[in-house]
Amino acid sequence: MKQSFYLFFSALLGSLRDLLPIILVIAFFQLFVLQQAPDNILQIVIGLVFVVLGLTFFIFGLELGLFPIGESMAHAFAKKGSAFWLLVFAFCLGFGTTVAEPALIAIAEEASEIAAQGGLIAQNEESMNGYADGLRYTVAVSVGVAILLGVLRILLNWPIHYMIMIGYVLVIIMTGFAPDEIIGIAYDSGGVTTSTITVPLVTALGIGLASSISGRNPMVDGFGLIAFASLLPIVFVLMYGMVI
Amino acid sequence: MFIINDLLSLFVSTFFDILPIAIIIFGFQILVIRKRVKNLKKVLFGMLYVLIGITFFLLGLEEALFPVGRSMASQLTNPEFLQTVRISVGELQWQDYYWVYIFAFAVGAGTTIAEPALIAVAMKANEVSGGAIGIWGLRLAVAVGVAVGLALGSYRIVVGVPMHYFIITGYVIVVIQTFFSPKLIIPLAYDSGGVTTSTVTVPLVAALGLGLAETVPGRSPLIDGFGLIAFASLCPIISVMAYAQLSEFKNKRAAKKLAMQDNFYMNKKVEEKTDE
Repeated sequence: MKQSFYLFFSALLGSLRDLLPIILVIAFFQLFVLQQAPDNILQIVIGLVFVVLGLTFFIFGLELGLFPIGESMAHAFAKKGSAFWLLVFAFCLGFGTTVAEPALIAIAEEASEIAAQGGLIAQNEESMNGYADGLRYTVAVSVGVAILLGVLRILLNWPIHYMIMIGYVLVIIMTGFAPDEIIGIAYDSGGVTTSTITVPLVTALGIGLASSISGRNPMVDGFGLIAFASLLPIVFVLMYGMVI
Repeated sequence: MFIINDLLSLFVSTFFDILPIAIIIFGFQILVIRKRVKNLKKVLFGMLYVLIGITFFLLGLEEALFPVGRSMASQLTNPEFLQTVRISVGELQWQDYYWVYIFAFAVGAGTTIAEPALIAVAMKANEVSGGAIGIWGLRLAVAVGVAVGLALGSYRIVVGVPMHYFIITGYVIVVIQTFFSPKLIIPLAYDSGGVTTSTVTVPLVAALGLGLAETVPGRSPLIDGFGLIAFASLCPIISVMAYAQLSEFKNKRAAKKLAMQDNFYMNKKVEEKTDE
């Protein structure tokens, strides 16, 4: 008991250290550049305590829950030898974690406003909602396909850099044809899809797979799933912009 | 005690965010794998900790960092403030926004260090590489990448160059670097682009982009407000590969130096022997 308390305390200190840089940045700009004190110091201090606590809990839970379950499922799938179910799982994981992502919902709504203003779609509630939903499902499907492709790559030992380069070429070509309004959103959609829960799970899945298939190096073959999950949405959203 | 109320409602909404993931995981576990999860109790506790952690984390950010960060972003891009710190005369030039670039750089680096997803990936990379990739080495390399990316992205909004020129240039750099980087780092470097931009960075960065696009003359917030995230997810790929290249270069030089020293002493020994 005493030991776990000690562990928790040192983890708290670690989280505080992780937060220190951003606190210093904000303090510096407040005091020296804008030359003002924030109005509500007490609220900020309470908030920071919450952030430190939250980060500590998250990292504890990561090692206790998310990493082990991701890896044990990867091992179980590899043992079972059913590539089909593994790929179905990969797609579901990508799609399911993305479709409800709050950052994505927000960005899809903004995108529908831009599209309406740019005259791409009719300027009414119905078509804007339709556009936003369409975009959201496009991104979710693209992340599902991305994780599926990434798992397929680990299984078949395809070289990652050629796949990424093909993706880059596709993005560059499609940028030339997609409407200007969608380009910024498309490029951003790659970054917002990968959330705090998805990243550890997907990473554990990749590393678990690479370490349970013989002839794979977890360092070379285990990483890379996130890379697909942040590149493919760009391609799919550009495509969406061209079709609609 | 409004905070406790917020805490509860946020806990519920985080729970529903995590629910689909939990359904997928346990659905496959029960229907396809059909085996009991090892240490089920521990795993469930771990997930509960993750849930609690994210709830506290988000609420804390919402209470402390985001309001201050957002108001700072809008103050720094405010034309009145810019008039007081400007260095050029006449109309505002791009260099008058220097505090914005510095702020973007500093916020990018600071939020990246606090980003939970990056901590997770760095921990795994350290474990898998057997300690060859340091947790802090990776996190700092990514932080530098995000910082440079955001500064560059804000500069782009100010001058109004179409963003795809920057992105395509970035892609070309990534492709060239890929051929010269140590093979082990490449997948991790590609991954680091995606993990950097989540909970902490995105909301702060969105405020900065929107503030800039609203106040710089000739920019539309709807079109130019986007794009910062793209910079923040491309530049870390470059910086992580650069970090690996640098450390490889240093190791090689150190090895060479060591070899030369060895030679030196060997030769000396040989000389001593011949002296006898």
